[in-house]
Amino acid sequence: MRIFDPHIHMSSRTTRDYQEMYEAGVRAVVEPAFWLGQPRSGLGSFVDYFDSLVGWEPFRAARFGVRHHCAVALNPKEANDPRCAGVVDLLPRYLAKDTVVAVGEVGYDFMTKEEDDAFARQLELAIEFDLPVLVHTPHRDKAAGTRRSLHVVRESGIAPERVIVDHLNELTVRMVLEAGCWAGFSIYPDTKMDETRMVRILQEYGLVRVLVNSAADWGDSDPLKTRRTGEAMLAAGFSADDVDQVLWRNPVACYGQSGRLELEEVPAAPDATFAGDSVLRGPRGVSRRGSGTGTARSSTSCRPARRPAAGRRAPVTRTAR
Amino acid sequence: MDADTIRGALAGRLSAEGAHWLDETCREVADEPAVLAAAFPAAGRRCGRGPLDAAGPELAGWTVDDAARTMLLLALTWLDVVGETTRMYYGGDPAEKRAVLRALPVLDVGEHGVPLVLDALRSNDTRLVAAAMGPYAADRLDLESWRRGVLKCVYCGVPLANVADLHAKADDRLGRMLADFAAERRAAGRSVPADVRLVLDRLDQETRCASSTRIST
Repeated sequence: MRIFDPHIHMSSRTTRDYQEMYEAGVRAVVEPAFWLGQPRSGLGSFVDYFDSLVGWEPFRAARFGVRHHCAVALNPKEANDPRCAGVVDLLPRYLAKDTVVAVGEVGYDFMTKEEDDAFARQLELAIEFDLPVLVHTPHRDKAAGTRRSLHVVRESGIAPERVIVDHLNELTVRMVLEAGCWAGFSIYPDTKMDETRMVRILQEYGLVRVLVNSAADWGDSDPLKTRRTGEAMLAAGFSADDVDQVLWRNPVACYGQSGRLELEEVPAAPDATFAGDSVLRGPRGVSRRGSGTGTARSSTSCRPARRPAAGRRAPVTRTAR
Repeated sequence: MDADTIRGALAGRLSAEGAHWLDETCREVADEPAVLAAAFPAAGRRCGRGPLDAAGPELAGWTVDDAARTMLLLALTWLDVVGETTRMYYGGDPAEKRAVLRALPVLDVGEHGVPLVLDALRSNDTRLVAAAMGPYAADRLDLESWRRGVLKCVYCGVPLANVADLHAKADDRLGRMLADFAAERRAAGRSVPADVRLVLDRLDQETRCASSTRIST
C-alpha cells in the first residue's frame, strides 16, 4: 500500500513517526502551515516556521525515505491577531520555492472580517502563483463555514478543481463535491472523522476528488490513520486499486497541479548520511531496514525507482511478512 | 574554479528553453536585481536539477541548478552582488543556499561570504555543511574556523572529499582534534571513518619526516 498523506503537521512529530509511516507505506506528505497550539508573537516566528517547512523538515523526512512538501499561508486563527497582519506580505517569497505545492491552510475559524480579508488575499496569491489552495473548514459552525468558504472560493475566480476543502464530514461533503472542489477528510482517533465513517462516505459518494489525511499534529492524532483507512476500505470490499486511488493517485493528481511534486524515491545520497546525533542516532540505515510496505503493489514512485544502495533502504517491492 | 568552467559545463546540460530563460533572466538581473526574488528559487524548475557532469574534479557533485544559480549571481553588477548574494542565501531554501555557497569562489564578494559559510557550518543540513567547505572557505575562513568546519564534517558524516585543500591545510592542531574525535569514537565502540584515518596517517608521516629531517641535520 503506497500512501501520500496530503495533510500532516510533521514538524510536531518525532523521527519515530517518520519511521513507522515509512513502514506503513507513506512515501510522500504535504505539511500545511498552521498555528503552534498557542499564538505566535510576531512575524519572525512565521519566518522561522516557514524556513523550517522548506528547509529542515524536508531534510528530516528524506532521512526516513519520505518526500516532504508543504503549503504556506497565514492560518485562519492567527488572521485575527494584529501582530501577524504582515504575514501575507511574506508569502510570495515562499510561494516561489520548489517544495511549496499549495497555499494553505486558509479559511475560517471565527468567521471574522479579518479572516475574510486574509482568505481573499491568499486566494489571489494562489491564482498569481498558479498553485492549488487548501481550505480549512471551521470546527464550530462547520456547515455554515463550509458554505461561506465555497462562496469566497467562487468569487475569487480560482478554478474549483484547484481547491481542497478539508476536515469535511457527512454534512459538508456533498456541497464541496458539487462545487467541483476536492473533498478532504481528516481521520482522527476521536473527533472529526474516523475510518469506519470514512468508508461509508466513500461507498456513498465514490472515490473521485476525495482525499484522506491524518492531519496529525501536536494534538491527539495518529499519523497512521491513512493506512488504517486503507485497511478499512479493503475490509469493506474495496479493491487494492481503489485504495491506491484514494491514498496515492488522488493526492498526486490534486497537488500535482502545482507542477512541483517530487515523487521519485529519495536517493540514498552518500554525502547526506547522518551519524553523530543530529537525526539518525546509531548505526546508519537501521531505521529504514527490513520493512515491507504491506502489499506486493507497493511501488513508491510514478517513475521507475532507482535501486537503493545496499543496506540503506528497505527493498520496497518486497511483500510484507 | 572559474566562471568560464561553470558556464561551459552548464552549456551542454540545458534545454533550449532552459538556456533561453537563463539568458533572458541574466540580462534582466543586471538591470533589476529584484527579478532574482522569483527567478533564483525557480532555477531548478526552469533549468533542471540533474548532475552537472563536469569533466574536472572542482565541480564534482554540482548540479545543473547550482550552475544556473551561479550564472544568475554572476549577472549581478558589482553594486548589487554582495547585498543580493547575502539576501538569496538567507532567504533561500536548502538548494538555493547550497548554490550560493558553491558560487562564492567565483563571485566578487570579498570577505562578505564568510558569514554565510559560518551560518551553513552551524546548520544540521549535511548538504550545506558540505558545500560550505569548498575553495572559498579554504581561502577566506580563519584557520580555527576552518578546522572546526572540518570537524563538523567529520561529526555529521560529510565525507572529507568535500573539503577543499584539506591535505595542504591540515596542521597539527587539526590532527589533534581529529585524533580526539577518533578516540571518542573508539571509546564508544564505534568505527572511525576511513577518511579521518587517512588524514591522521598523513599528518603522522609528515611529523615523522620532519623529525627525521631534524635528526639527520
